[in-house]
Amino acid sequence: MALREQTAVTIIRPSRGWAALDLRDVWLYRELVYFLTWRDLKVRYKQTLLGAAWAVLQPFLTMVVFTIFFGNFAKVSSEGLPYPVFSYTALLPWGLFAKALNDASRSLVGNSHMLTKIYFPRLILPLASVLSGVVDFGIAFLFLLGMMAYYGIYPTWGLLILPVLLLLALITALGVGLWLSALNVLYRDVGYALPFLTQLWMFVSPIIYSINTVPEQWRLVYALNPMTGVVQGFRWALLGSQTEQLGLIIAISSGMALIILISGLFYFRRMERLFADRV
Amino acid sequence: MSRYAIQVRDLGKQYRIGTIVTRYPTLREAMVDRVQSLFRRNHHPTETIWALRHVSFEVEHGKVLGVIGRNGAGKSTLLKILSRVTEPTEGEAEIHGRVGSLLEVGTGFHPELTGRENIYLNGAILGMKRTEIDRKFDEIVAFAEVEPFIDTPVKRYSSGMYLRLAFAVAAHLEPEILVVDEVLAVGDAEFQRKCLGKMGEVAREGRTVLFVSHNMSAILRLTEETLVLDKGRLVMRAPTPEAVDFYLSQGFSQTGERIWHPDEVPAAAAPFRPIALRIRNAQGQVVDTIRSVEPSTIEIEYELSAPIPGLRVGLYLMSTRGEYVFTSFDTDDPEHFEQFAVRPAGRYISRCLLPANLLNEGRFVVGVNASAYRVRRYFQDEQALTFTVDATGAPGTQWPEPRLGAVRPRLEWQVEVA
Repeated sequence: MALREQTAVTIIRPSRGWAALDLRDVWLYRELVYFLTWRDLKVRYKQTLLGAAWAVLQPFLTMVVFTIFFGNFAKVSSEGLPYPVFSYTALLPWGLFAKALNDASRSLVGNSHMLTKIYFPRLILPLASVLSGVVDFGIAFLFLLGMMAYYGIYPTWGLLILPVLLLLALITALGVGLWLSALNVLYRDVGYALPFLTQLWMFVSPIIYSINTVPEQWRLVYALNPMTGVVQGFRWALLGSQTEQLGLIIAISSGMALIILISGLFYFRRMERLFADRV
Repeated sequence: MSRYAIQVRDLGKQYRIGTIVTRYPTLREAMVDRVQSLFRRNHHPTETIWALRHVSFEVEHGKVLGVIGRNGAGKSTLLKILSRVTEPTEGEAEIHGRVGSLLEVGTGFHPELTGRENIYLNGAILGMKRTEIDRKFDEIVAFAEVEPFIDTPVKRYSSGMYLRLAFAVAAHLEPEILVVDEVLAVGDAEFQRKCLGKMGEVAREGRTVLFVSHNMSAILRLTEETLVLDKGRLVMRAPTPEAVDFYLSQGFSQTGERIWHPDEVPAAAAPFRPIALRIRNAQGQVVDTIRSVEPSTIEIEYELSAPIPGLRVGLYLMSTRGEYVFTSFDTDDPEHFEQFAVRPAGRYISRCLLPANLLNEGRFVVGVNASAYRVRRYFQDEQALTFTVDATGAPGTQWPEPRLGAVRPRLEWQVEVA
């Protein structure tokens, strides 16, 4: 029977200060992560006309607009690559990140009926909402492969690092999502600030422009934005674009992502006890 | 293994007033608060209430324990703490075994998903493993009686089917300890019977059950021992018949009153102003629960700032399923009608005497109406107050079955050998 292994004794008492992470409990409920992710996917595409095509349409249309205005009119440098592929390659991980961040931040408030009725590790809600974006990413990625074939670009062996970069994007989204979802329970301002935050974040990531546009002395500071490492890593792995010190940039981005994730986990756990009463 | 399934020691839960119901604070307000409290030496004390305090008890393995008390007595808070939905403010509880809670059936059900999909999703939320759900799937579907619709989105289900499916999933959870909160308040009589049957089965299997209900006959039938809570305190633990008797006879639930504050009353009601609506038991106490076998009184207190011709003040009585039981006005009687052709300004109380052996067990809604026939409706509140009728001792209670119908009159029967 489920959870029998942990049924020995549960002590319920007020927790104080910084709680232990207790990730074992999350592991015991891993199937719930699966079912919630699966629910998000099922529900998202039921009663939609275009279904999974939405996963491609969003980055595709953004790419078209970017190509017209930034690529053709403003003549933004694209490291010698065709601007459509240059921007679409960046929009893929960005889209995954933005969606994951958004869903995770709203996950607690959106599932308040579950929070107030039933016990389960609360961490599962933001976790599941981050994961459900991966399927959309996969669909949009297939389209990218088609585009690359069209432009005659062949991926490098760097392709193998893609899962790591993907994980980096998800870790960042989860880390920030943990902070924001917990804050959102207490202050609904988060809901209003999110679209704005996402938009600003996109401008400070190398999506529209190339990282080479950023003055060299600022690059390492620029890398503190974890999405810098992710996006530039994608361009290198798929399109073979060259960036100096890319390894260092990705390392800085990863370090930052881990700091956000770990601090997010602790903050989330600390605030967790208030969720059912305050949501 | 410990003798006890649940040990609760000095448990307490404090809520800040307003944190549960009022609007959400914005970040700005919180920051302003923080800053202000830096500068003020003793910043204003936040008002708090103890929803539960100094509660201690043990439950042995395999016992079925009832929990009763009026609304706000702390019953739900207790169950929420024991099922780890919320944390206590003080004290501790030791739980030996897996806790399953039926605090709300159907939590996490998604209307767009099919019955089958919802069984898996809901099962996972309740803590079941997928293999466990697989194993019980057929049993759940059979219990819910929804086989033909199992692949239909539940948004197309009738409310009865939805409820049956939701309960079926929860009921097939196999925790060592089951906490149940008023699940039986919903659904039709047939469904309630089925749920009670399932609960009895769980108890016979030797699992520990904590059962909260307003339904005294269900409490009497299913539990041997009962806790009585009042204002967050544990006031009694006794064999169930004794506890139920104490709860009912003490007129424990003194919420049987609705008071209208002047700013709640629409301006259009003037010159009529409702003041209060009360339910009184045979002893004259204001109560939430009346006994079917004793007479009781519903009274409306109001004030007229000017005389009103043809005024009638009356009641609607409705079951919680929305069926009207009766409508009655204080000037139904021709004598009163003559006497109050014009009702002078002043303060009044209109009392309606409900005779003994009138209502069946259940919850009822009282509505108030003050109007002049075909002239004007001064005031109306269709759901001013609810109260509970307890049928203990009423005709036919020797058979522990719910009786259909809103009334439960004591009728005279003659049985002849023909």
